[in-house]
Amino acid sequence: MGILSLTIFLPALGALVIGAIPGLGARFSRLIALAAATVSLCLSFYMFAVYDSAAGGFQFVDLFQWIPSINAGYHVGVDGLSLLLVLLTSLLGFISVLVSFKTEHRPRAFFAWLLLLETSILGVFSSLDLLLFFVFWEIEVIPMYFLISNWGSGRKEYSALKYVLYTLFGSAFMLAGIMGLYFAAGTFSLPELYQTDLSLVAGSLPLAAMFFLLIIGFAVKLPVFPLHTWLPDAHTDAPTAASIMLAGSLIKMGGYGIFRICLGLFPGEAQHFAPLFMGLAMVSIVYGGAITLRQTDIKRLIAYSSVSHMGFVLLGLFSLNYIGLTGACLQMVSHGLITGLLFASAGILMHNTHERHIKKLGGLARQMPVLAGVFTIASIGAMGVPGTSGFIAEVSVFLGAFSASSIAGSAVFTIISLTGILLAAAYMLTTLLKVFFGPAKTAFDSVADLTRLEKFYCGLLIAGVFLIGLYPAIATDVLEPAIAPLASLWGG
Amino acid sequence: MNWPFILPEIIIAVSAVIIILADLVKPNRWLSSILALAGITAAAVFTFAGDYSQPAIVFNGMLTIDGWSQFLRLLLLAVSLGVLAASIEYYPKLEYIWAEFHALSLFALAGMMLMCSAADLVSAFIAVEITAISFFVMVGMLKDARSSEASLKMMLIGGIASAIMLYGMALVFGSTAGTRLNEISLATAGMTDPSAGLLLGMLLLLAGLLFEAAAVPFHMWAPDAYEGAPTPVTLYLSAASKIAGIAIIARVFTTAFSQPQNLSADWGVVAAVISALTMTLGNILALSQTNIKRLLAYSGIAHTGYMLIGISVLGLSQGSAGQANLLFYMAAFALAELSVFSMVIVITRYLKTDEISGFAGLSRRSPLVFALLSVGLFSLTGLPPTAGFMAKLFIFTGAVNHGLLWLIIVAVFNTVISAYYYLKIIKVMWLDEPADSGEIRPGTGAGMVAFISAAGIILLGIAPYLLLKLAESSLLSLP
Repeated sequence: MGILSLTIFLPALGALVIGAIPGLGARFSRLIALAAATVSLCLSFYMFAVYDSAAGGFQFVDLFQWIPSINAGYHVGVDGLSLLLVLLTSLLGFISVLVSFKTEHRPRAFFAWLLLLETSILGVFSSLDLLLFFVFWEIEVIPMYFLISNWGSGRKEYSALKYVLYTLFGSAFMLAGIMGLYFAAGTFSLPELYQTDLSLVAGSLPLAAMFFLLIIGFAVKLPVFPLHTWLPDAHTDAPTAASIMLAGSLIKMGGYGIFRICLGLFPGEAQHFAPLFMGLAMVSIVYGGAITLRQTDIKRLIAYSSVSHMGFVLLGLFSLNYIGLTGACLQMVSHGLITGLLFASAGILMHNTHERHIKKLGGLARQMPVLAGVFTIASIGAMGVPGTSGFIAEVSVFLGAFSASSIAGSAVFTIISLTGILLAAAYMLTTLLKVFFGPAKTAFDSVADLTRLEKFYCGLLIAGVFLIGLYPAIATDVLEPAIAPLASLWGG
Repeated sequence: MNWPFILPEIIIAVSAVIIILADLVKPNRWLSSILALAGITAAAVFTFAGDYSQPAIVFNGMLTIDGWSQFLRLLLLAVSLGVLAASIEYYPKLEYIWAEFHALSLFALAGMMLMCSAADLVSAFIAVEITAISFFVMVGMLKDARSSEASLKMMLIGGIASAIMLYGMALVFGSTAGTRLNEISLATAGMTDPSAGLLLGMLLLLAGLLFEAAAVPFHMWAPDAYEGAPTPVTLYLSAASKIAGIAIIARVFTTAFSQPQNLSADWGVVAAVISALTMTLGNILALSQTNIKRLLAYSGIAHTGYMLIGISVLGLSQGSAGQANLLFYMAAFALAELSVFSMVIVITRYLKTDEISGFAGLSRRSPLVFALLSVGLFSLTGLPPTAGFMAKLFIFTGAVNHGLLWLIIVAVFNTVISAYYYLKIIKVMWLDEPADSGEIRPGTGAGMVAFISAAGIILLGIAPYLLLKLAESSLLSLP
């Protein structure tokens, strides 16, 4: 059992401990959860620190036989992208535990599910075996269902069920694609599949069919227009911690899957269908942004902005060149931090003011100056202002997409997608103005500002946003060996 | 001497007789239970100890004892042990016929075990009838209007199915001049163009055998029988008789009709079509059910559909592939049914209703009952990390390999549909407000059964090879 497996399964172990002790109080539940999440986070940091970027490739590999008759193994390992996403997930997992410290309603079950969720996401980002990948992908549904349906708000049961059915629908396609791959190549192992030229092996399915089966599963999760409609409901109605995990980390599974499987194994199909996906990315960006403008509920607004921002990920991925892919990967990490921050501050706002309607809020900068500052920083990150991680990510995406000259219409898609930046500025600024500025309302006079704990975790996320924004090499150095070989498939 | 080969069946049948006789002398609830459990345990020990590495055809070609039948006998014995242990909870409702319930269960068990080793159309028919008639009586045991109606309905449809099956057997005999499965196989192997009589015979035979497994179009008895029957009998029907039904189809068709290739492919395709219909109909009808036993009946029908995928693979591969996957599926399904139904027995006994709405707030009233039941439901849905996921995965991969991609797409979407109604149950238990807050405590028997099954489900979900290896080593032997 290596350090990576330990990182993945520690939260699950915590969940097991919490679940196994009957009558465990809120206090001990959250302490165990915090301990598990903290150790997992420290281990991720350690792996990030000792990852050898010069050597590249998958490191911290664990490989055991699992089901010999179908040649499936327990095979985990991380390259630069996986590593960043593992780090992001364990950071957000840690913060989610802190965010939920005040949970009074069935705390034991809450923390157990939250930790289980973290394990399954970490597993997805580290699996090097497609069957294992799929297993982790599916496990995630169960904790998320319970988290939304029980601790959520609004139409929580409807949203939870919608989330589950959409995910299962997508993964049904994905499973068919994975089986197609397995029968073509005879293995579930990703490193072995990378060595195989799939166009030379006769499978039961044409390559393009497998590519589409797989990408539908990922597109539901990312989400890509028109498969995005689960997202606003689930994000809005989920409890704050689940929203942070969902928007910050979980939907990156879609982008990660496209990068790792659809692009890595089907370079020819990816190039052939790139205009289609760039087009869908453009629609997601513009449509998502436009719809965000009309939102009146603060959580729903942040949720819809994710649709738009994840469109950038898809645009970067299908520009199929080094700079675009780097941009997409950076955007995944950056969006995780920024949206995590947005949801965390929205959660505090809603908790303290008992109000989520943007129109009913106003002038809160007087009563909650620190929160106003935090939210402003998150907003400028979401707008892509220079100095924040959002800027460097989005600029790379646009540069990559614009220079993807081999893809028909890439310039047009890129230019139209640029309006997404304007839309982001519009909705973030108007929200900021309506909620925090303008005349103060007496109704909120007694509202408390951030506590020390809240300052601490918001500060962590802010540090991340600026660290990547000001010194992007910290991320791009580890990403380089993961992206360069992929980009070379299309000549650069 | 052939008798040692069916020693387990003999032990079971003798135990049943002893239970009845003992009940005449000195009626005692514990005596019946202990005799039955001891009989099953003894039979399991003898099954386990026997050496069946070489397939043996015994009793003048009536039975084949091989690895396949050994695996299934052990599985059926284990399931029966679970069913009887879980039904201790149900005693008050069956107080006056407690011994008869145990005796009949054992007779049914003997029949089902024979179904797994039948090597002749005659012995197959007898085994099916022993099982079916025992169940007709058990379903009607509550003697109220619903139970009696269910029993009658099951008997009528079962009677029709038997008649159809016999007619099919007669046609097969007419075309091949044999009733032994390997004689039939020798006769069909020489036919380049199977006669219409043989094909019709095969079809009718299949139709008749599908009754026991509750596949479309012989599924109509299942919802009523499941609802009307005492819950332990429902569990027994769903976990054991369905497995035996699938097992006998696999045995008869792979042994008798696997030569020539086109004949084998014919029934493979028929099974695929029935499979698609069965799972789709089962799942769609399950969506609107409010009674837990009816819902589980339809869910069981859907699972028959998934198992028929395995039968179809057997046909398309001439019996050369997919047996281990099918055996694994049966075991995983049985475990899930045991963990779900033993908790349903506990809950419905306490609540005195079979309506799902009564399950409200169970997660707060009895977290353990909720957890064990949920593990079973997740396994039935096919979510990892449960045995149900692995079972589906194995069946599906086998099928894709034999050109059944279309069927797998149907099956995968069925799985999504089924997630809706399984989650609905979990939702009620997890979210809805309970009517009262009394804790529902499972008795030792039901609690143990559910706990062991749930542990098995998780264990096989994480390390499926433990069982798959066993199944692979006991493949169905062809003559």
